[in-house]
Amino acid sequence: MSEVHFGRMKDLPSTHLLGTGTPMCAGCGGLQALHEIYDVLGEKTVFVNAAGCMTLLSVYPFTPFRGSWLYTAMACAPAGAQGIRDALDILLQQGRMPPDEDLQTVVLTGDGAAYGMGLSATSAAIERGLDFLYICYDNEGYGNTGQQYSGATPHGAATATSVASGGFAGYKKDLFAIWAAHRPTYVATVIGAEPLDLARKIDKAKQLKGPRLILALAPCPTGWGFDPQQTTEIGRLAVKSGVWPLKEYYEGKVLHTKAPHPRVPVEEYLQTQKRFAHLFEPQRNDTLIGEIQRRVDRYWEQAGN
Amino acid sequence: VTRQLLTGNGAAAWAARLARVDYLPAFPITPQTEIIETLAAWIDKGEMPGKWLTLESEHSMIAAAGAAAATGVRVFTATSSQGLLYGMEMLYTVAGWRAPFVLVNVSRGLSAPITLEPDHNDILAARDSGFLQIHCATCQEVLDQTLMAFRLAEDERVRLPVIVNQDGFYLSFTREPVLLPEAQGAAAFVGDYPPGNTQFRASAPASQAVAVLGGSPYSYFRYEMHLAACNGLQVYDEVSAQFKAQFGRDYPVLEQYHCKDAEFVFVMLGCFATKAQAAVDQLRQAGWRIGVLRPRLLRPFPAEALRRVLLGKRAVAVIDQNLSMGKGGILYTELASELYGHRDAPLLVSFVGGLGGRDITQEEFFHMATTLREAAAQGVSPPPRLLYTADELREVRKLQAVAQVERQELKPR
Repeated sequence: MSEVHFGRMKDLPSTHLLGTGTPMCAGCGGLQALHEIYDVLGEKTVFVNAAGCMTLLSVYPFTPFRGSWLYTAMACAPAGAQGIRDALDILLQQGRMPPDEDLQTVVLTGDGAAYGMGLSATSAAIERGLDFLYICYDNEGYGNTGQQYSGATPHGAATATSVASGGFAGYKKDLFAIWAAHRPTYVATVIGAEPLDLARKIDKAKQLKGPRLILALAPCPTGWGFDPQQTTEIGRLAVKSGVWPLKEYYEGKVLHTKAPHPRVPVEEYLQTQKRFAHLFEPQRNDTLIGEIQRRVDRYWEQAGN
Repeated sequence: VTRQLLTGNGAAAWAARLARVDYLPAFPITPQTEIIETLAAWIDKGEMPGKWLTLESEHSMIAAAGAAAATGVRVFTATSSQGLLYGMEMLYTVAGWRAPFVLVNVSRGLSAPITLEPDHNDILAARDSGFLQIHCATCQEVLDQTLMAFRLAEDERVRLPVIVNQDGFYLSFTREPVLLPEAQGAAAFVGDYPPGNTQFRASAPASQAVAVLGGSPYSYFRYEMHLAACNGLQVYDEVSAQFKAQFGRDYPVLEQYHCKDAEFVFVMLGCFATKAQAAVDQLRQAGWRIGVLRPRLLRPFPAEALRRVLLGKRAVAVIDQNLSMGKGGILYTELASELYGHRDAPLLVSFVGGLGGRDITQEEFFHMATTLREAAAQGVSPPPRLLYTADELREVRKLQAVAQVERQELKPR
């Protein structure tokens, strides 16, 4: 591993590579993370996309990317990345393409694809040792179709398909653990609201080979119900409350890169979003708030923090 | 040129090898598996270059195939039946990418009920995908048409993927003598892969397969695909003429067997047409003027060529090894649409047979010929026929009886 490029905020890139004027919603936490990621990765990349909000980044004849892009389908972006990576390797090997024409292969999907339909393709790409970077922007629901619940939706969140009192009855799937169980080169959680932590992880991933997977929590103004200007604040609260642990898996070990001490109560995070409003209005649901808090506490106890 | 006994699967594998493919994404499925096993063994033993890998599904396999072709390498892959359907979303998608590669489909009936033996419902489900389709009737054709398919797919006037279809078991597992072209001659015929404007390079960033807003740009790109597919007719003729000049074997879009002086014609796809040819030999000895017409190319549809042969005939039997539920034979419908409104169009009679590997016997061909003659005499087509014999029905009744007895046996008393 070479030296750390991002010691403090001042070291973050000051020129921004991703173009503006995309059709993403105002305050999109996924786009915030992608801006920061792209600044580190650079333009010698090909983004392989699965169906989701960010499919609308490249709408003919415009794209915010300075590098390349291929839209595949919802379930198979990692397989598209496999085809591109293999083809580039064949061209390099046969001398049909000079080495400086090579590209980093980057998969970009939402949680709908990452946690569900695309999980089989992702699992297989990891098991084949594909040299790629996977970025999931996780807004905890099928956001592009109006925030129906997905495998990433947290317990208790109201979504377009969990409107009954109590919200979503299921529990957020632990995709980090599922990915890490494959023993890939690198797995990390990030959030746009913590740009330094994010930049360090992307920089580290960029310098590694093999399967590298990044899970970015993506506060979603339209899907979660908050004012777009609060994206960063809510992102910080997700970290400070311990709801979104910032961590990485590398060489067989999981390391928390920013453990909050002390943690703020989860209700401070929950209160900021309409999807959890039913926990507080018309009357406080102490049982459910308490359960959510206990699950977060138990996570950090087991993590040894 | 060497002569070898090869199965249809072996012939397909040899074609991929002779075309010097760079990339072979695969997934095992009966009856196609022998193709990928053969290629994997050659690559593992260093007998042929190229990168081979197994994906976790046909959906991913076709995505990887299309993405590699879109990056600028020559790609070959193969599947069958359920696999083709599992990958269906990506068939449409990669055709839209205008990613030229070749897929060999080894036809097999579709579930349910699940079966291993062939008919054409799998390949015809891909009819509207944007893949061009070539249908083979012999193992030699599988090899030759697969070589030709690379030329067809990669031509700048086409730039679409191509499916080469062969019937499971009847071709895939049947050994026939096959002439293997010399490696050098085959390489010269197929040529190097022309990436065209589909590639990903650091110095030339490209966005492929982006979204469009609204029906106007969408229609434009879909029309372009259709017109490119239509160009395939002209390109196929050129490629087959060059193939004939170099290798001496002739593959016009339609195979005509005694069609010239025929009053009556059987129209069929795939290798069962050779059964029809055998029946025609006997019918001709009995004084019939009857022939067999077999389209090699199904997409693009050789409408003009079909009309040239069939207009003026008295009656035509379209024998479909497929069944569109609630409609009937698919090739019948396609042919009817091209003959409708033409003054000397023949009477068309629809037969469905050969589903799930069921044989079509010589007696059935004789029966169909008689039906054609009666229809022509009366000037009216009979309703579509589903071929089935009394003997078959009796056998199925026996199976049902066994099932009933066993069910009674298991009932709690």
